[in-house]
Amino acid sequence: MSLANVASPLTPTKAGLRLQKQFSWARAREAGVRAMLLGCASLSLLTTLAIVYMFLTEAVYSVTPDTTAFLQDVSLWDFLTDTEWSPQFADKHFGILPLLCGTFVIAGIGSLIGLPIGLAAAIYLSEYAKPKFRRMMKPVLEVLAGIPSVVYGYFALVFVTPYVLRPIFQSMLGIDVDIFNAMSAGVVLGVMIIPTVCSLSEDALRAVPRGLREAGYALGSTKYDVSLKVVVPAAFSGIVASFLLAISRAIGETMAVCIAAGQMPRLSLNPFRSMETMTAYMVSASLGDTPAGTIEYKSLYAVGFTLFLITLGMNILANWVMNRFREVYE
Amino acid sequence: MTIMQSFTELVHQRQQRESAKRNRPVETEVTKLDVRNLNFFYGEKQALFDVSMTVAERAVTAFIGPSGCGKSTFLRTLNRMNDIIEGTRHNGTVLLEGQEIYAPDVDVVALRKRVGMVFQKSTPFPKSIFDNVAYGPKVAGQRNHRALSEIVEQSLKRAALWDEVKDRLQDSALALSGGQQQRLCIARALATNPDVLLMDEPASALDPASTSRVEDLIFELKQNYTIVIVTHNMQQAARISDWTAFFYQGYLIEKDHTLKLFTTPKKKQTEDYITGRFG
Repeated sequence: MSLANVASPLTPTKAGLRLQKQFSWARAREAGVRAMLLGCASLSLLTTLAIVYMFLTEAVYSVTPDTTAFLQDVSLWDFLTDTEWSPQFADKHFGILPLLCGTFVIAGIGSLIGLPIGLAAAIYLSEYAKPKFRRMMKPVLEVLAGIPSVVYGYFALVFVTPYVLRPIFQSMLGIDVDIFNAMSAGVVLGVMIIPTVCSLSEDALRAVPRGLREAGYALGSTKYDVSLKVVVPAAFSGIVASFLLAISRAIGETMAVCIAAGQMPRLSLNPFRSMETMTAYMVSASLGDTPAGTIEYKSLYAVGFTLFLITLGMNILANWVMNRFREVYE
Repeated sequence: MTIMQSFTELVHQRQQRESAKRNRPVETEVTKLDVRNLNFFYGEKQALFDVSMTVAERAVTAFIGPSGCGKSTFLRTLNRMNDIIEGTRHNGTVLLEGQEIYAPDVDVVALRKRVGMVFQKSTPFPKSIFDNVAYGPKVAGQRNHRALSEIVEQSLKRAALWDEVKDRLQDSALALSGGQQQRLCIARALATNPDVLLMDEPASALDPASTSRVEDLIFELKQNYTIVIVTHNMQQAARISDWTAFFYQGYLIEKDHTLKLFTTPKKKQTEDYITGRFG
């Protein structure tokens, strides 16, 4: 069959009926709005890319020939294995381990305190509390989340250490407690992540369908059985994700730990000594006179990049857990 | 064939199957549940009006009626499932073997172990098949793994699911088909060793083949259990139940032997409903 024999189906049958595209203001506005929304959506992506580019050029490999990046001056091996961090001293050492240690000791204490309390609070709000109490508590938790972290830092320094930690550990148990110490920073960090854990876990618990709870009760469960053996396992993925996001926040937290834990890089597991976290180093280094181009200046980027990789890894893990263990309920 | 004749046919088919199995005289009915003058409220809204009814032991009693007629609410008062809904209240009496289940000293957890429940939508826990069935005995304090294994096997056999899952007890229950999940929920309810099994439209979300399996299962189970089933499918009520109760707008209109209710209903509303004139 040749094409010539087929009448074109697009031939206009009525004069004036045109299907071809023409310019119109409505369509122009449509395209304009679309471009604007795309621009806003791309902005965060572009910012992230710019930050990664900055990290890479300052910390890993410099693209301009007459400058060097951090890892071109300090070997990766030294950076990862040296046990001293002293970029501002005459005898410079660039071992990230003391900073990593400070970060993880403090975030660990915070997690040990904040995760169980946050989850318990979420279970209470979702399973036990009367709706009226729940409606009242939600804003209270949000207020807790809204307190600036610098306030928590001073709270640790002027209240937690002198009035809680020293009476218990120094006076009663005879353990020396530095005025700046990891424990007080960990305690307030724990309090700071409670709203995150509680709010996200509660969402996950409440998303568990009513039918599962009823099935639990119908089998002769107490409220405790239903909460802990039915609802919590059913909300597992959401709870773990809330934990990972909270830990990620604890690792990235800056002001509170900077004030409460001090600026003493130390490779130690004693939580009553002063320690320095990665974030606290970045604050202190950027406050001092650190000229651009010096090794101290570049070390900021190396530490920042390490922190970025850790929190990025945690967030990816949180996403993976969410998708891997999610139970889909209709 | 009229609608009523078709119901008669279904009831007769069941009775023929039954006479082969029945090991006790048909007429000795023992009352298991005795409900007197029950009123039930969701907040201000009254859902049940002065319902009085007895439920016979080791028989199937079906509740029929249009949506919102109170049949599910009534079923849920029988194991105090409505207690967990905020703002509900009731008055009247519900006796289980002569004991008031709403008495202040009644342990509602113990009650629900004796009066099990299967829901319309299958609700397997996101756990393994084994752990689903073992859940009830576990919360009741059974820790011995061998005893649990035995209960799981027994319950799955009674629920006619054992042969399909015996090789994959550790797989997630969510991987089972809809019909299998519902039978798993029945097995899970049986594992607490109840005497009464309440079923809230257990087959309404299932395909015809699975429905027929669940119906066969109910038929088997009534040898040992008292079964109360809510259904909106009148053919199903005629196929499986000894007694049928018709609810309408919160009132129990009529309860009788299934054959009598479907062939010679005493009330006009019942007749209109079963002949499809409304509902």
